[in-house]
Parts: sequence; structure tokens; C-alpha cells
Amino acid sequence: MIGVNLVGLALIALIVWWFWLYRPPQTTLDESGLVIRVENGIYQPSHIKVPANQPFSLQFLRTDASPCSEMLLIPDLQLSEALPLNKSKSIKLPALAKGTYVFHCQMQMYRGQLVVE
Amino acid sequence: MAHEHHHTAHTDASLGVHTEKPVSTSTGQELLIEGASCASCVNKIETALKQVPGVTSAEMNFAQRTVSIHGNATKESLIAAVQKAGYQASAAEPDVDLLEEKEKADWAYYKRLMREMTIALALGVPLMLYGVVTGEMSVHTTAERLVWLAVGVATLAVMYFSGRHFFVGAWQSFKNHSANMDTLIALGTGTAWLYSMVVVLMPQLVPEMARHVYFEATAMIIGLIDLGLALELKARGRTSEAIKRLIGLQAKTARVLRDGKEIDIPVELVQLNDIVRLRPGEKIPVDGEITEGYTAVDESMLTGEPMPVEKAAGDEVVAGTLNKTGSILFKATRIGKDTALARIIGMVKQAQNSKPPIGRLADVISGYFVPVVMIIAVLSALAWLNFGPEPALAFAMVSATTVLIIACPCALGLATPMSVMVGVGKAAEAGVLIRNGEALQTASKITAMVLDKTGTITLGAPKVTDIVATGTLDESRVLQLAGSLESGSEHPLALAIVESAAEKKLPMLKTEKFNAIAGHGVEALVDGAQVLFGNEKLMRDRNIELGNAVQQAQLLAEEAKTPMYFAVDGQLAGILAVADPIKEDSIAAIRRLQHNGIRVVMLTGDNRATAKAVAAKVGITDFFAEVLPEHKTHKVQELQMQGEIVGMTGDGINDAPALAQANVGFAIGTGTDVAIESADITLMRGSLHGLADAIAVSKATLRNIRQNLFGAFIYNVAGIPFAAGVLYPFFGLLLSPVIAGAAMAFSSLTVVTNANRLRLFKAQSH
Repeated sequence: MIGVNLVGLALIALIVWWFWLYRPPQTTLDESGLVIRVENGIYQPSHIKVPANQPFSLQFLRTDASPCSEMLLIPDLQLSEALPLNKSKSIKLPALAKGTYVFHCQMQMYRGQLVVE
Repeated sequence: MAHEHHHTAHTDASLGVHTEKPVSTSTGQELLIEGASCASCVNKIETALKQVPGVTSAEMNFAQRTVSIHGNATKESLIAAVQKAGYQASAAEPDVDLLEEKEKADWAYYKRLMREMTIALALGVPLMLYGVVTGEMSVHTTAERLVWLAVGVATLAVMYFSGRHFFVGAWQSFKNHSANMDTLIALGTGTAWLYSMVVVLMPQLVPEMARHVYFEATAMIIGLIDLGLALELKARGRTSEAIKRLIGLQAKTARVLRDGKEIDIPVELVQLNDIVRLRPGEKIPVDGEITEGYTAVDESMLTGEPMPVEKAAGDEVVAGTLNKTGSILFKATRIGKDTALARIIGMVKQAQNSKPPIGRLADVISGYFVPVVMIIAVLSALAWLNFGPEPALAFAMVSATTVLIIACPCALGLATPMSVMVGVGKAAEAGVLIRNGEALQTASKITAMVLDKTGTITLGAPKVTDIVATGTLDESRVLQLAGSLESGSEHPLALAIVESAAEKKLPMLKTEKFNAIAGHGVEALVDGAQVLFGNEKLMRDRNIELGNAVQQAQLLAEEAKTPMYFAVDGQLAGILAVADPIKEDSIAAIRRLQHNGIRVVMLTGDNRATAKAVAAKVGITDFFAEVLPEHKTHKVQELQMQGEIVGMTGDGINDAPALAQANVGFAIGTGTDVAIESADITLMRGSLHGLADAIAVSKATLRNIRQNLFGAFIYNVAGIPFAAGVLYPFFGLLLSPVIAGAAMAFSSLTVVTNANRLRLFKAQSH
């Protein structure tokens, strides 16, 4: 029984580490542009590094038909955009101050971050 | 969805207008370009596009990263050319097309979900019935093992055909260190299936009593959740009806004058200053100013105002409204994204997707929800294994699965946005534009409403209310002389007199030697007579005998009117009174606000007598007169200090600071001239009923959100302990995973359906 309990606790520790503590690698947005794919329940890439104090645009391509993925919200910027299916959509963003800006779908199941440095 | 009539060209004999089909007119297209980082790319892209057969011109706007192309090339060939040049391109399409496409995509997805649901339930329902009827789903003999092995393989097929999207999504997000609804469903159904397969294939690993299979749970849960998603998709479509209706107002074609001919062109190609021809029954394609003709325009779709508005040369027309009676020509003054309609659509869309503060807690919760639920599932399984009765392993598996399935946070996440979507849309239909979710929430709590007098309670356009003839001349002669005299003046009150004379169709007389006496009045020679028009002091200065006219003027002043004396050739001829009339429905609208328990306060820069008279007429007891614009902010602050949640209503321009100071600023747009960016809430119709409507809509929406949040909370949060089995020690009850699946599937649907109830909301004023 002790073994089972230890396995259970290890599982919980794993959940905490994998979903909360782990810092995923960041993709840098550079001159050549970047397409964020919206498919199978995630944004790919989801952690994007962008330079501070200069306007930029993000390009999204949604191939996920689920209505959940349709809206893209960036609450800090009061931005919400509908992403058309199977079509890329460019979203222009203003120059941002340093910081982290999350973006997500309406239900927050799809999540990503803009890391402005 | 509105289906536009494409007006093909023909000869319209009644109007004597000859028009031609635009055979040779090139069609214009716009592409969005990605990856163009330097100005030199412009040349490269333009050259690449011009080489596509059929292209006559290509011009790139570097700042906006768009390129407009004229010619007969297909969109695909243009995009391919840009890609070959090393850049990415996509089509910029009008909202109408995007909407149609979205509906098509949604329909395809709906059909897919229904198909998947049918497959899953075709296996799940008979299995579940078998279990209920025989009470026998356990595995003991070899024959049973073989039968259940076949069922297990069939369930795997269901998981592949009907539930693949959950598993793929779960795996993708797992790799990405995130978890979502797919994760929970995949874990729940996957656990039930795996456990059952272990029972079938290696029964020796499982205690005798726990050799039970749960294939029906896997199939039922997948089927029910697919069904829930499909129904939710349908219901979601209805929540965006209001915006669809607005988008549907956009005309697709316009008939413009080019080189002396009238041609039909797509509305996107209309240029500024184009002259557009509009016939009765046609939708106005872009904003403009009438240059020729006379008509009545139905603007109800934008303002909620049911009466058509009469328009003549010089008046504005607004895209999306309907030309009723006359044929007119107008000059395009705002096109594309700048038209009032496009701005309204943009703002409504933005507001529909914003969240009132009440929804933020739900956001925080749903952000952490999934991993927390996974942890609870593990803890619940451990609790059963440690303390539960036999078969503990089966109980542990069932409770973990049920927790995972019941806890999907969709309903919680949807609770707020769905209601806001419907509420903001509903308000827009009534001519009330709500800027964002925060304004919506605050508006529902307003306790005091501050109204500016001029232009808000009153029309803001003075009119002649009384003409008293005191001499030998009759009233219309007095008005004719006064009108002719004032036609040279720029004073706002003068305009009222000129308009009044014009309304009575009195011809203007020859006026010479016009002289304005600052602060007092005017004089001139009109039709050979020496006329003098102004206040009491002017008359006394010129020794005009006033007699008992002074008392008459006094009476008029007490009725909130401004009296002026009129003398001809040294004799008093009459008194003209001018006043800013109260809007027809101001009294009823103010009563409605007061009836709803809102304290109504009037502010005005006018003198106390006028303010008092107007306030008394409309039933306001709280008023402040002679308030300078900069002091309006102060008054709002004072009310706030008394603990009031203050709504301030003004015309949006000179009241801007007070609007900003108020908890909610309301801007009154008269019909179409809407300064929609300037306030929290904009009333597109001049009527003050819009205030009560806005407050009523926001109250109804907030109530709806609360219901939704409560319902979702019950489903998602309170359901978890039951799923984990807290009732078992007391009542011997443990929730079945199938019931959890059904509850989960219908929780989102319930929320969306409840939000749809808001569509039935009716503004009381109509």
C-alpha cells in the first residue's frame, strides 16, 4: 500500500512540475516573421519572445475547427480577434513595454505568452 | 444571413437613368503581406504581382502591409506570385464573406460531431442497457473474456473514429506542458478503457471482486460530449445574430458615376469623393453627403428610431441605412473601415469579446483548473485504495474517472462571454453601443444619472415658440421682416428665426445697411423700413415705447423662453420668443429612470430661470444652473463623494472631462453623427429612453452572467466531491462516469442556452 501511495504522490509531483514549474523554450520573433499555428488544442509555438518598444505583428493560422479556438484574446491589450479557419490572419500589435503578456482563447484552454524584452 | 440583391444594370425609364454593365471594369483585390520588413520589398512585391497575367496595377501600402491589385487575375495566382517572391500573402476579405465562410466551417464541424456522436452512442447505448438490465458486466469465464475482448476492440474503434480529436489534442497539449478539456476527457475515457482491458486480458492482476468492465462508460462519454459540443456549436451561432444582422446591413455593390456613366462596382472599390447614385429601396453603400435630390431614409437599423428621416442636398447619409422614397446623388465622404457602420461593427465586436470584471474570477479559476482536477483525481483514487471497501481498485478507478470527466471547465469559461455577446448585441439592436464589459457591468449599478440640459434633455436647436404682434403688422409680416433681417446674422438665435420664416415659406426681403449692436441686437433697412430687433435695453436706448409688452416678455421668460423686441420705423411691432424645445420623450424617459430608483440630476450652463423652468417641466428636482463646463466634472465628483455610482450624459464633445469622471459616460449621438469612440456607452438615437434601455440591458445581462456562473460552478466545482465519492460513506452512493459525462456535456449547453434567453429581452420604450 505504501508503494501505491508513493506512486500516487510522485504522480502529483509530476503534474505540478510538468504543468506549472516547467519553463518551456521560447521562440524569438525575428525579421522573417513567424506563424503561430492553432491546432489540436494548442498554440504552436506558444511562448514567443518579441523586442520591446517597437510595433510588430503576429501571424496566426488556425486549422483547428473547434469553435473554442476561434477567438484570440490578449486581455492586457484589450484585444480580441476572430481567427478564420485554414487562413492566416495577421494581427498588428503596438510597441509594448517589457513584460509578459498572455494570450488565450475564450475559455483559456489554449494558452500562450508574449515575452517582451 | 442577408442575401444581397446584386443590382444588375438596366435602363430605368422612370428615372431616365441609363446605366451599363461594368464589363470592362477591372475588379480590385486586396492582399495582406507578411514578411516585408524593408521598403525595398515593396518594389519586389509590386513587380512580382504585375507579372501575373491579367494584372493591370499593383500598389503596396508599406505601412499597412497591404497591396491593392487591379485586374482579372485570380486570388490564388496572386498569392502564389507573392510567395514565389519570398513573402507570405493572404486575402483581405470583407466581413460578409468571412461570416459566410465561418458558417460553412461551423456547419461542416457540426455534421462531423453528429456523425461521431452517432457511432459512439450506437455502441454505448446497447452496452449500457445490457448492463442495467442484466446487472452483469464482470468477467469470470473464458467465454466472457472473449466476448468482452471483442467489445473492447469495438470501443477502441469508437475511440479512434469518434474520440480521436480528444486524444490528439490531449497529447499535443501535454507535449506543450499545458492541459485542457481534451486532457481530462482523454484521461477519463482512456483510464476506463485501459482498466477494462486489463480485466479482460490479465484478470489475475485484478482482485476477483473488481473484475468489472467499463467499456460502455468510454463509448457513452465520448458520444455525449460530442453531442454536447455539436449542440453548443448550434447555440453559439445564435448568440452572434446581432452582429450578423449589422454585417448584413453592408451593401455589396454601389452605383457610381465614372466618366459620366453610372456603373455598378463592388462597394470596396468606391473611392472618396465618388458620386454615388441611389434609387428608392436601395441600401446606402458608403457614408456621404447628398448633392442632388430629396428622399426619406430609414435609419432604424442603426438608431432604433422608427420614423424615416427626410434628407435633402447637404444632408448626410449613412452606410447600411435604407433609402425609401427618392432618387438621390451623393458624394462619398467615408468609405471602407471609416464608415459609421464599420466603426459600429468594430466596436460591437470588440465589446462582445471583452469581459466584465465579474468574469475575471472564473478566468483565474479556469486557468489553473485542469491540473488541479488531475491532482484531485489522483487523491481521490488514493483515498479509495487506502480507506475504501472492496473492490477498492474498481472504486478508485471509477471515482478518478468520474472526477476527470465531470470537472471539464468549459461551462465556467463560457459563462461570461456568452452572456456579454448576446447582451451587447441586444443593446446594439436598440441603438445603444456599449464600449466594453466593464461599462456593461458598471451601468447595471448606476444610482445617479447626471443629464446635461442643452442637446440632451432639449433638442439643442432653438426654435421660435411665440410671436406676439403688438402693433398694426400681423404675425407673419413680423416674422418675415425679422427673418429677412436676421438672415445676415450668425447668432444661434438668429438661425431659429430664419428657419421659422423659411418653414412658413415667407420670401426673404431685400436687406440693406445691416448693423449688429454687440450684446444688444441688430438693425437694418428691410424692404425700405427701418427695423430694430433686440433686448429691452436696445429699445429704451432708441426711445421705443414698450408699454405692457414688458409684462408679456416677463411671462415668456418664466416659461424658459428668450423674448426679443421687434420695432419697425420707431414703433414696437411685436415680441418674438425663442426657446430650445424639450425632446418629445424626455419627460417619459426621465420618469422611467426615476421609476427605476435612479436619482436624476440636471446640469446646465444656462441661467437659473431657464434651468428651473426646464427642470420643472421634465420633473427633475435636483438641478444646477450656470455651471461652467469645467465645473461639470466637479459636480460629478461631488455626487460620487456622496456614494453615488454616477452616469453622466452629454453630447460627447464639450462634456468629455465630465464623461470621463463619471463611472459611466453616455454620449448622445443624434442619429448618425456618432462620436462612438468618446464614451463608455453611446446612444445612437437622441432619445433619453436609450439611458433606461442601456441600464435595463446591462442589468439583464449581469443577472444572466450570475446565473451562468452559479450554474457552472455547481456543475464543475460542487460536482467534484460527489464524483470523488463523499456521499458513499453516508448513503452508499457513487456517481457513475456516464452520468458525469452527460452532466459535463450539457453544462456548456445549459450556459449557452441560458445566454440565448437574453435574446428575448425587449427594451421597454418601444
